[in-house]
Amino acid sequence: MPNLRFTEKALSDWMRGQADASEIVISSRVRVARNLQHLPFPLLATRQQSEEVLKRLTGIPSDHLQSFGTFYTVELDHIDPLDKRVLVEKHLISPNLANESQHGAVILSEDESVSIMINEEDHLRIQCLYPGFQIRQAWEKASSIDDKFEEYIDYAFDDKHGYLTSCPTNVGTGLRASVMMHLPALVMTQQINRILSAVSQVGLTVRGIYGEGSEAIGNLFQISNQITLGQTENEIIDNLHSVVLQIIEHEKNARTRLMNDSRLRITDRIKRSYGILSYAEVMDSKEAGQRLSDVRLGVDLGILEGPSIPVMNELNVMTQPGFLQKTYGHDMNTEERDIYRAKLIRETLGKR
Amino acid sequence: MLCQECGKRPATLHFTKIVNGEKTEFHFCESCAREKGEMIPGTSGGFSIHSLLSGLMDIDMAGKGAASSAKAAQSLRCEECGMTYSQFSKIGRFGCSSCYKYFGSRLDPLFKRVHGSTVHVGKLPKRGGSKIQAKRKIDGLKLELQQRIHEEEFEEAAKLRDQIRTLEKELSEQ
Ligand SMILES: [Zn+2]
Ligand SMILES: [Zn+2]
Repeated sequence: MPNLRFTEKALSDWMRGQADASEIVISSRVRVARNLQHLPFPLLATRQQSEEVLKRLTGIPSDHLQSFGTFYTVELDHIDPLDKRVLVEKHLISPNLANESQHGAVILSEDESVSIMINEEDHLRIQCLYPGFQIRQAWEKASSIDDKFEEYIDYAFDDKHGYLTSCPTNVGTGLRASVMMHLPALVMTQQINRILSAVSQVGLTVRGIYGEGSEAIGNLFQISNQITLGQTENEIIDNLHSVVLQIIEHEKNARTRLMNDSRLRITDRIKRSYGILSYAEVMDSKEAGQRLSDVRLGVDLGILEGPSIPVMNELNVMTQPGFLQKTYGHDMNTEERDIYRAKLIRETLGKR
Repeated sequence: MLCQECGKRPATLHFTKIVNGEKTEFHFCESCAREKGEMIPGTSGGFSIHSLLSGLMDIDMAGKGAASSAKAAQSLRCEECGMTYSQFSKIGRFGCSSCYKYFGSRLDPLFKRVHGSTVHVGKLPKRGGSKIQAKRKIDGLKLELQQRIHEEEFEEAAKLRDQIRTLEKELSEQ
């Protein structure tokens, strides 16, 4: 079973690459939704019909996708709940596919940059992930994988509505492009709400990433397109691209201003967080998120020498509940998780 | 998707809050989010995209003002998968790709509100997409034709007209 390899490492190989603006944009993701003709959407499909979908989509010749890497198919019914949780924490599958699908499966590329979900809300969802700000590259790759499937599969498509999807919010292009941004300086200078509302006025949506508390974890925000019908894919990508560029600019300016106006306070905060992460015995996910964000900012600003961006990315995934339990090999309650989270962070920071 | 607070404007700020493993989603329009003053609203209460979509469609119906047409819509039924319009408006998901055909233009206000448009202009499947491609090309040429006529470039316009005729003939013979 090659599939368990995907839940052993926290950091997908694709995340190890360095990329433009990767200190502010953590990753770029494109998801394309498609459905097969003449079969009901997963919502209404019988077990038999779902199986048929799975067969047809995994039945395309295995060398057909080879130019995009080596692929492995993982059927969700065949793996245990903890592995599912880890795949979700690594953003390789959606919670919906993990928990609610019938004959759900994912076709994963070896470096985990491509994940093709089967029998999610739609029959087929092609997802491509890139490190840093590479949203155009992500779209181009997803689109060419889409072309490969289309050579063998008759898609549900009509002249007027384009690619037909189960949810009316995805119809047309079926395209959701999103960019994960780390915006600590905009949060600290309290400009974040103003900027995010401006973003929401140009057809984009913003999602804060929250953990087991009520505050944004790690100052991470996901910006994505809201509209899928009536714009071309390139228009959607260009719009997102130009708005993200502007947010990067604002974040950079806010960082400069912070360093000019309150260098001592910021430096103190960053080093304090680094110290606490290096020595704490108990660490809840909320505190870990905030302190890891401080350390990441410290590295970006040159206040700290390390850890590297890939190690920071790795820590973000490794400190999630599912991954902790996977790493240490047993179920844990919240208190235990906080102890092991602290241990894992100490060891990771100490190693480098 | 409409704002869960005012139910009037599209929701553009989305938050997922996880407390003790319980996931709650929040969807606000920009001005309600601002009114809350907080990125993280303290409000609680169940929410699902389904109920929002259904709320949205109720509004579209109410907007029409005609109870009878609303009633007629509710009884629309997809002959392929059996889903009725009223089921669709409750769960906010289509049952199969034919639902789009059977619910027809009844869906336009919904698409208009969610996407600001009702017509796909993006990528086409390589197979089966050639007809649409031809149609799009003809539409483009027709626009250009009007432009030429407007600018009194009749020689160019005549060429375009012939080109359009040829393409339309090819299309009808396919
Ligand atoms: Zn509102
Ligand atoms: Zn149907």
